Amino acid sequence: MSSKPNVAKSAIKHLFVALAMFGFGFALVPLYDVFCEITGLNGKVTGTVEKVDYTVDTSRTVTVQLLASKNAEMPWRFMALQEQIDLHPGEWKQIGFWASNTTASDMVSQAVPSITPARAAEYVQKTECFCFQQQPLAAGESKQMNMVFTISPELPEDIQTVSMVYTLFDATEFADPEKVAKLN
Amino acid sequence: MTTTTAAHDDHGHHGPAKGIMRWVLTTNHKDIGTMYLWFSFIMLLTGGVMALIIRAELFQPGMQLIEPEFFNQMTTMHGLIMVFGAIMPAFVGLANWMVPMMVGAPDMALPRMNNLSFWILPFAFGMLLLTLFSEAGAPNFGWTFYAPLSTTYAPSSVTYFIFGVHLMGISSIMGAINIVATILNMRAPGMTYMKMPLFVWTWFITAYLLIAVMPVLAGVVTMMLMDIHFGTSFFNAAGGGDPVLFQHLFWFFGHPEVYIMILPAFGIVSHIIPTFSRKPLFGYSSMVYATASIAFLSFIVWAHHMFTVGLPLVTELFFMYATMVIAIPTGVKVFNWVSTMFQGSLTFETPMLFAIAFVILFTIGGFSGLMLAIAPADFQYHDTYFVVAHFHYVLVPGALFAIIAGVYFWLPKWCGNYYDEFLGKLHFWLSFIGVNITFFPMHFIGLAGMPRRIPDYALQFADFNAVASVGAFIFGFSQLLFLYIVIKTIRSGKQATPEVWEGADGLEWTLPSPAPYHSFSEPPQVK
Amino acid sequence: MKIRTWLSLSSIALLLSLSSLAKAEWGVNMTEGVTEISQSIYDLHMLIFWICVAIGVVVFGVMFYVMFKHRKSKGAVAAQFDESVTLEWLWTVIPTIILIAMAVPATKTLVEMYDASDAQVDIKITGYQWKWQYDYLGEDVSFFSNLSTSRDAVYNKEEKGENYLLEVDKEVVIPTGQKVRFLITSNDVIHAWWVPEFAVKKDAIPGYVNESWVNVPVGQEGIYRGQCAELCGVDHGFMPIVVRAVSQADYATWLDEQRAEKEAAALAALGDYSFDELMTTGAEVYAGRCAACHGQNGEGMGSMFPPMVGSDIVLNDVEKHIDILINGVAGSAMQSFAEQLTDVEIAAVITYERNAWGNDTGDIVTPRDIIDARQ
Repeated sequence: MSSKPNVAKSAIKHLFVALAMFGFGFALVPLYDVFCEITGLNGKVTGTVEKVDYTVDTSRTVTVQLLASKNAEMPWRFMALQEQIDLHPGEWKQIGFWASNTTASDMVSQAVPSITPARAAEYVQKTECFCFQQQPLAAGESKQMNMVFTISPELPEDIQTVSMVYTLFDATEFADPEKVAKLN
Repeated sequence: MTTTTAAHDDHGHHGPAKGIMRWVLTTNHKDIGTMYLWFSFIMLLTGGVMALIIRAELFQPGMQLIEPEFFNQMTTMHGLIMVFGAIMPAFVGLANWMVPMMVGAPDMALPRMNNLSFWILPFAFGMLLLTLFSEAGAPNFGWTFYAPLSTTYAPSSVTYFIFGVHLMGISSIMGAINIVATILNMRAPGMTYMKMPLFVWTWFITAYLLIAVMPVLAGVVTMMLMDIHFGTSFFNAAGGGDPVLFQHLFWFFGHPEVYIMILPAFGIVSHIIPTFSRKPLFGYSSMVYATASIAFLSFIVWAHHMFTVGLPLVTELFFMYATMVIAIPTGVKVFNWVSTMFQGSLTFETPMLFAIAFVILFTIGGFSGLMLAIAPADFQYHDTYFVVAHFHYVLVPGALFAIIAGVYFWLPKWCGNYYDEFLGKLHFWLSFIGVNITFFPMHFIGLAGMPRRIPDYALQFADFNAVASVGAFIFGFSQLLFLYIVIKTIRSGKQATPEVWEGADGLEWTLPSPAPYHSFSEPPQVK
Repeated sequence: MKIRTWLSLSSIALLLSLSSLAKAEWGVNMTEGVTEISQSIYDLHMLIFWICVAIGVVVFGVMFYVMFKHRKSKGAVAAQFDESVTLEWLWTVIPTIILIAMAVPATKTLVEMYDASDAQVDIKITGYQWKWQYDYLGEDVSFFSNLSTSRDAVYNKEEKGENYLLEVDKEVVIPTGQKVRFLITSNDVIHAWWVPEFAVKKDAIPGYVNESWVNVPVGQEGIYRGQCAELCGVDHGFMPIVVRAVSQADYATWLDEQRAEKEAAALAALGDYSFDELMTTGAEVYAGRCAACHGQNGEGMGSMFPPMVGSDIVLNDVEKHIDILINGVAGSAMQSFAEQLTDVEIAAVITYERNAWGNDTGDIVTPRDIIDARQ
């Protein structure tokens, strides 16, 4: 039956549950990243990997499409130097993109990678990618930005084409101010 | 509503204070319930006016009355106000009134918090509505406020929207904690869990859903706030965030939210149908278990709102199967209601009419829900008027009809007078016809290919849009009749007996009508 | 109650007539579409629909029977049973079996939809507020596709055509009999690319690429129309999709034409243009691309979209004017038109803005100025 202490106890208990769920909402952010890594959701690949010497599977060739995309607020010019390359699974390749800051101010960009089909994402290995860091360019400056990668020979046989899209965002407001200062 | 209650109250010395301060300072569950119900009715009319503006613009192809920008503000505000301002507070109001009476308690467990959780609401919605008059205009990104439309591309009023959602969330969480504390601690001796009335059970489960997911919503809007003002990038890809994450978080809240708006309705209908069938509810325990399993499943189906965002195949399949499973406990409920009616001795007073319409029309909404669950077909249904038809079928003749049914059912207990049965039935038929004329054609235009949330449409959708608009005005204006009936009942009407209805069963019907200001000062004994 | 009978009967009749109406041109049912996938989705849709109708007939049938037979006014006395284990098992098990029967074909179709491998044509689709960009990968063909319905038609000042709001200035062309893969992404907010007759609907998300595909059978050449399906801001209702499916031979010809046009445009930029030529072209470009936000007569709109009339930049600062057209304005709705308009069009619209509506600066901006500014 009702008694004041019990009421207070259940109220406080449930208040803590609510607070914990608020925290849980934030905990979902890193959990989501883990989930993405496991499922390859929307083709995210994170972090650098050690270079692995695969036995190159010369019996088949995978076509890799390299696509440059820009976000609305990004006035730079950005393009893939090769739109398409062929490689044998396990073979390491370096490819390049070309970016040019056509504006009159120093800016910092961040490329966001995305791979489709999403299933292929977990087989793409990169040791070097311009998308790993923010890339600053001074006003009017241009440069080539590189990516070194391979596709693991474990790639399922039915995937013959892998598309890698890099979307360039204006990350100036998220940039380390020292980095921007170094441009001049 | 309870002014009359006060006048009839024979425990004068325990009665309410006089004047406006009675309402501001009250800690009485009936006063607060009344305020919740009036507040939600005002919000229903406000959101309803917005719906009519939308329907008026969509009556014919071409832009006639408003601009696309204002149209988007209307769809956004209509959704937010109906979900958070009309349906949810109405259920909390009904819980405030009925839960203490049903469990044999004198009042809610935490009366002062109860007062606070109500009084937050007018400020939250006042702030939200005032953005309509600001230069930037009201939020215009839909009630689902997907990033980056609601962050990087939002009007400046988004900040007020975020604070508004925070306040609503705090109010809901406090309300839920109060209900849980009441049910856990204040039940009459002998009322074991499996003897609790179903409205209490469904609200008990709903309250847990609220405590679990409203904080997640608060988390999501906090992340938006930080993205907009403090340079974080939870949802901004430029800084390493992810707009799809927003949708996962939102629907992790959003799907349980859908059940928050329907489980109490199940409870209400599970009281009304046995009463007017003069027969006990069929399958009480399976009702409880079905409600609990629906609540559980609601946590693992969220991504069925996101079938087109490009989820991996396995994820898509998992969410499709999980969603289909929900049809089983929901079906159990419908079958139980029909079996309750079977071989009963049926009469069709207004609450029963609304409850039967609920069962039929909610089931139609359930059918379209099942169709939407089929992921491949959802690629055609997603973000069309078929979805609009679906969720309006479960929310209007679903949740709202159950609330109206509950008001008619309990009104004689609240104010001691019977409502006018003829007017009640008239209100029912106008609403029933209006609701179907409005929302049934939306299935057709959706299947034919009309996307939702567009202010203007291609010519082949014109006929059914015109029909839907006519229905919307019929439905909208019939709710003024409801207002008239309720006011008339409060002022006058045939004196109600304590039992009120011939087939009524439960502790609340042992109290006199109108119910005394303090429900059970002596705990009743439950056999 | 007579009304009730009538209503219930007519609503059942309405449900039942759904499929027969589907054949007529009433637009009450999902399209069967033109591809294998769209056909299997349609079949799936009808299967589930009929299952729901069957369940509905049984459940509502019992309800209506009860409402007529077991009413108190007919002297019905209530039985007092309140459970039946057999029944409760039955209505748990039967729906489970029905659901499994539905899940099997649904899974099969979904697996097919997810298989975008072996495509012969790849098109990258980018959603913009409020238009679509199409890039034919490896073909050097790229263009924007805008709504071509006039504002006057939208605001009821002129007759609405047959394809009102479903027509564009440049259609996306695909070959029939080949698997065409779409790589869908977005430039700003989330959009969704949807063509009902292909049963293709995929969200376009900034920073992500989604894939989808279509294989329009040979013999189904024609125009297919769709719309953006995800709320993307004020003109969400005004960014249609029009796909023209043509034979493979016509497709090859079309690609050649596109490349030839591009070269011609580059050459044209080097030519000389009179003030009147620029003004005529400029007026067209302005009406199609600028008027929606900056007003029919350059009067602007609200606080978001500045007026052209009497603007300091338009009257005085040519360089800034050109810069805005080419690079857009960061943090505003003004986007870069560098890739959306040709040099001639940019030069023309700037000239037009500087000389229309009483701005009368007398400035002429030539395509060569634009080429220089682009460097």
